[in-house]
Amino acid sequence: MSTEPLIRMENLQHGYTMAGQRTLILQGISFTIDHGEFVAIIGPSGSGKSTLMNMIGCLDLPNEGNYLLDGQNVRKLSDNRLARIRNEKIGFIFQNFNLLPKLSAIENVELPLIYRGVSYRERKRNAEEALIKVGLQERMHHRPNQLSGGQQQRVAIARALAGQPPLLLADEPTGALDPKTGKEVMSMLQSLNAQGHTIILITHDLEIAEQAKRVIRIHDGQVAEDRRIEL
Amino acid sequence: MIFFQSIRMAMTSVIGNKIRSFLTMLGIIIGVSSVILVVSVGRNFTNQITGQFDGLGTNQLMVSIMGMGVTSSLTYEEVDAFSQLQGVDLVSPTISGSATAKSGNRHTDASLEGVTPNYRPLKNYQLRAGRFLLDIDSQYRQAVAVLGSEVASKLYGAGNPVGQDVRLNGIPFKVVGVLQPKGSDLSGSNDDKVLIPIATAERFLQTKGIQSFVVKAVNRQDVPSVKAQLEAGLNHKFKNHPEAYNVFDAQEMIESSEKTSAMMSTALASIAGISLIVGGIGIMNIMIMSVNERTREIGIRKALGAKKSNILMQFMFESIVLSSFGGLIGIGAGIGLTSLASKLLGNPIDYAWDIVLISFLFSFFIGLVFGISPAYKASRLRPIHALRTD
Ligand SMILES: Nc1ncnc2c1ncn2[C@@H]1O[C@H](COP(=O)(O)OP(=O)(O)OP(=O)(O)O)[C@@H](O)[C@H]1O
Ligand SMILES: [Mg+2]
Repeated sequence: MSTEPLIRMENLQHGYTMAGQRTLILQGISFTIDHGEFVAIIGPSGSGKSTLMNMIGCLDLPNEGNYLLDGQNVRKLSDNRLARIRNEKIGFIFQNFNLLPKLSAIENVELPLIYRGVSYRERKRNAEEALIKVGLQERMHHRPNQLSGGQQQRVAIARALAGQPPLLLADEPTGALDPKTGKEVMSMLQSLNAQGHTIILITHDLEIAEQAKRVIRIHDGQVAEDRRIEL
Repeated sequence: MIFFQSIRMAMTSVIGNKIRSFLTMLGIIIGVSSVILVVSVGRNFTNQITGQFDGLGTNQLMVSIMGMGVTSSLTYEEVDAFSQLQGVDLVSPTISGSATAKSGNRHTDASLEGVTPNYRPLKNYQLRAGRFLLDIDSQYRQAVAVLGSEVASKLYGAGNPVGQDVRLNGIPFKVVGVLQPKGSDLSGSNDDKVLIPIATAERFLQTKGIQSFVVKAVNRQDVPSVKAQLEAGLNHKFKNHPEAYNVFDAQEMIESSEKTSAMMSTALASIAGISLIVGGIGIMNIMIMSVNERTREIGIRKALGAKKSNILMQFMFESIVLSSFGGLIGIGAGIGLTSLASKLLGNPIDYAWDIVLISFLFSFFIGLVFGISPAYKASRLRPIHALRTD
């Protein structure tokens, strides 16, 4: 393993201008996350968890401060490089799944592989494997609206996994699910972490956060707490 | 790789919205099909006109005398004098009528023409047997005749008529020659005729003077000046009454009908261009809608690693597929309408394949040009903004 952490945040600041009024949401966030960690980020609603997650996922760039992913300062990268990082290094799992409604489960899972330029046969094989991994071998050709919420989230997890990215980002992955299905998704994330994926999970459910190995609490735009969970 | 994927995505999206896609294509469909129909039919029409006059030769002028007062014709000498005009190759006067030709117990009705020796080079007749008419035949009003191939075979079958007698309206003529067959043109069959010396014909048909003749110029370039000289001479003869004669230039007719058709084509092309541009605006409109509706999809694709160029291609292809599909349907409809028109008009019509190709390329480019702006806008969407919209 490299000595350089997977993620290094240095005094990250980010804000939004609404109706001429500037509000600073992230007010100097610093932390590092190593390969193989399972981190839960918690905090009250509106505290900036999703904003932080968008930064980590390279969907947005911070106004101030540095974010180094694998030692690379993302603020200095071109749009195309950022697209490639999202494609190869990051798998997103959203609260509302964000599946494309007109595509079947397997076609949704194939998407990141298409943008990576993987050949048709390899793509199909990888997508099938990912769907089998999340237990959806029977539902590969169903459209999202023919699947339950839990199944949709599993398709989304399969999509995040298909390209074998080192980092999985999950923004309230259980938020739209009942407790039982939520637990299934959580145990899936735990086993993925056991297989070597670094996982960052956003939640405001403390019980869920306790299932991670480390909890970072955000409050008033700053890191209020950063603790490891003893086994 | 991503290229084919983009085409597939575009097809899926276009087919997934059948009615909307069809309505969007309608402008292009109407534009393309109407151009193909009108140009095919129009060209066919022009070809028919020019085809009819083609046989008349390009450096010939046909003069007909309607006459004025007591003068209803020109004398043979007056006509012959025109051969002295600058640029004239030869002059061939004709007196026409018809007669019943009879030999033994066979007979046929044929058109009878009194002509001079110039008639043969002018009309490009070859002899199958015997000789053509000579000046001397006319001078002595000889009762001799040259038969068209059809008349010859009707009266003599496979036998050789040269030297035989033929009775025209009962009057005996001696056959001196038989023409090679030539087929038909605008003026009717070239083979179902009997030629006799012009002076003989004048008496035989009991006409006075010459009412029609052909003037052949040395070159095509000479035709306008020959025409002017002819008209000047005739104008003088008929004391400034241009309605007393007519000088007809077939080539001029062909050229003017070609000019008209070229003008028509240009006008139609502009109308088609306008309708295609209107169709293009329709496509642009639908593409802008499509991009707005699919902002979230664009955000998801970007989160999964789509580059700007991938998104740009996806929407460009969609626009091009729309317009090209419209173009293809328009071509199908245009060809269908043209064949329908051909059936209704009762003659075969050649499809304007060049226009088919051009209108397809044009509809392709319409999609390209009008798709650029919405596709560019889509490619520039920032991923978080796109993901936040519903
Ligand atoms: N694009 C934006 N434009 C303007 N304001 C924004 C934008 N995105 C987020 N905000 C604001 O930033 C603040 C933090 O939002 P964020 O979504 O990061 O919160 P969160 O911690 O994820 O909350 P929740 O737990 O409810 O999901 C909120 O007040 C929100 O209104
Ligand atoms: Mg959030």
